[in-house]
Amino acid sequence: MIRRLLSVFHARNLEFLRDRGTLLFTLLLPIMLVIGMGFVFGGPERPLFKVGVLGATGDTRNHPFLAEHYVQFVPLTDSGAALRKLTHQQLDLLADFRGGTRYWVNTDSPKGYVAEKLLLAAEPGARREPVTGKALRYVDWLFPGILGMNMMFSCLFGVGYVVLRYRKSGFLKRLHATPLTAFEFLSAQVLSRLTLIVFVTAVLYSGIGAIIRFHSAGSTALLALLAVLGALSLIALGLTIAARFSSEELVGGLLNLLTWPMMLLSGIWFPLEGSPRWVQWVAHVFPLTHLLDAARAVMLDGAGLAQIAPHLLYLAATTLVFLAFGAWSFRWRIE
Amino acid sequence: MSAPLLEVRNLVKQYPATTAVDGVSFSVPEGICFGLLGPNGAGKTTTVEIMEGILPPTAGEVRYRGEPLGSRFREDAGILFQKTALQDFLTVRQCIALFRGLYTHGLEVDEVIRICALEKLATRDARKLSGGQQQRLLLAIALVNDPAVLFLDEPTTGLDPQARRNFWQLVESIKAQRKTIILTTHYMEEAELLCDCVAIMDRGRIVAQGPPRQLLREHFAEVLLELPRAEFPEAARALPLQLFETSDRVEITTHDLEGTLRALLAAQVPLTNLRVRPPNLEDLFLELTGKELRP
Repeated sequence: MIRRLLSVFHARNLEFLRDRGTLLFTLLLPIMLVIGMGFVFGGPERPLFKVGVLGATGDTRNHPFLAEHYVQFVPLTDSGAALRKLTHQQLDLLADFRGGTRYWVNTDSPKGYVAEKLLLAAEPGARREPVTGKALRYVDWLFPGILGMNMMFSCLFGVGYVVLRYRKSGFLKRLHATPLTAFEFLSAQVLSRLTLIVFVTAVLYSGIGAIIRFHSAGSTALLALLAVLGALSLIALGLTIAARFSSEELVGGLLNLLTWPMMLLSGIWFPLEGSPRWVQWVAHVFPLTHLLDAARAVMLDGAGLAQIAPHLLYLAATTLVFLAFGAWSFRWRIE
Repeated sequence: MSAPLLEVRNLVKQYPATTAVDGVSFSVPEGICFGLLGPNGAGKTTTVEIMEGILPPTAGEVRYRGEPLGSRFREDAGILFQKTALQDFLTVRQCIALFRGLYTHGLEVDEVIRICALEKLATRDARKLSGGQQQRLLLAIALVNDPAVLFLDEPTTGLDPQARRNFWQLVESIKAQRKTIILTTHYMEEAELLCDCVAIMDRGRIVAQGPPRQLLREHFAEVLLELPRAEFPEAARALPLQLFETSDRVEITTHDLEGTLRALLAAQVPLTNLRVRPPNLEDLFLELTGKELRP
């Protein structure tokens, strides 16, 4: 069995590596994503500190702090929104120079600590209002979503159309006349695509991570395990679609029917908190939702194996269910 | 005669609109080349695909060495389909190696390449082969497991005469190794050259079965005379002869060669381009399956 599986796995890898158009696209897409992220989140050096100022930014003669270099002063009017930004460390300090100088500092923020020193050096009598809250950049939150989205498209479309092409060309019919079983064939396709996806995701993780200066709070090994299980589940899902049908239009439509709800509901772009209960229920049927929830828990909150175990189990279980269904419904030839 | 390697028993294959195979039975002894002949749509490819185990029958069964088709048969069978696409971007050697990896036992890849004279093409992209080269590659793939039974489904369709004759030589060398071959073809010359036994199918049924020479003896006691149609005068059509006209010639089937020749001379038919020949498998095929154009 292993020998047969490895033969098909090796041949599929050779075919992929020699299909220069597809190979180029597969490699270019992540590079374009890295460059895109570089444009959005890279660029020239930004000010060291960002300080919100309630009301007018004030007079620099009366308030010398406002003349400090490398500090960006952002005028704000809504004190509630300003405090939320400070809590999430989107501001390093919040100051109000109207009347006696008052400032708010996030005691969890290292930059807040330094900005506070600068303010107190200029305005020793300023009144302190401490707040707490962990820093969360949107890009940090979005990063797992981008990786997951890329995996989803590569898994579903990369496998689905390859199997469909094999069936339409009659190659599957020829394989059927050998001792190769449907399960062995499908497993070889899964492993081949998995190898590619793990490699591409590792490139994306390192490349985008370097550009946006992202550091995972959790274990990289756990993230690798999560990537493997997530990719397996998504590839197996793609195979359930490709297992039976012979029409490009139908398979394309079904794959779109899967990818678009996942794009919108799995939390790639925005969190699902606050959405209707049924939306959250539907979202948690998708493997991508579990992949992203677990990835964010590890990358942003430093979650360990025990915390994300339910997600890993869900991904493993769906892989087995999808593969079993794919093998059961698999058709070697056009009916 | 040795015990049958393959037995086909009361095979039926029905589709919603048609019965492709209608109660076909025959057996194939080990070590022979068995030809399944028939016009397009006769049901021979359906029969062979059921024998290959890739199409389930509606009724009936196929037995290999006395047992229903199973994993042993898949290990022992080599198959060359009428149309087969291979994986893209692989060389000839890699295509063969892929299939070699699917079998427990078989020949070395280099050995198969040598048998099928593919040495100079081993590193070429398989998609860039000519029709004849492609068929040799597909034959190599069919031989990679050193099969006990080899299925060749219309293997030379679309090949030029030279490539066809090269392919026949290959098949003859495989026959010489006492391998069992199941050949479907509608080239009667091919069947006559390669087959030890043939079954002629028409409309899903077998209409004749046996060694080609025996079938010809059973069905023909006559000789065939062929004349150019342009030289055959209108008046001669009234002669009491068994005539069949094609676009360019007139065929006369007769038991009495001398009497027929006398009648033709009397009717002033020019005999300069007369050809007299014994009936062949093609004549038998047309005799049994009909000469009219099928819808």
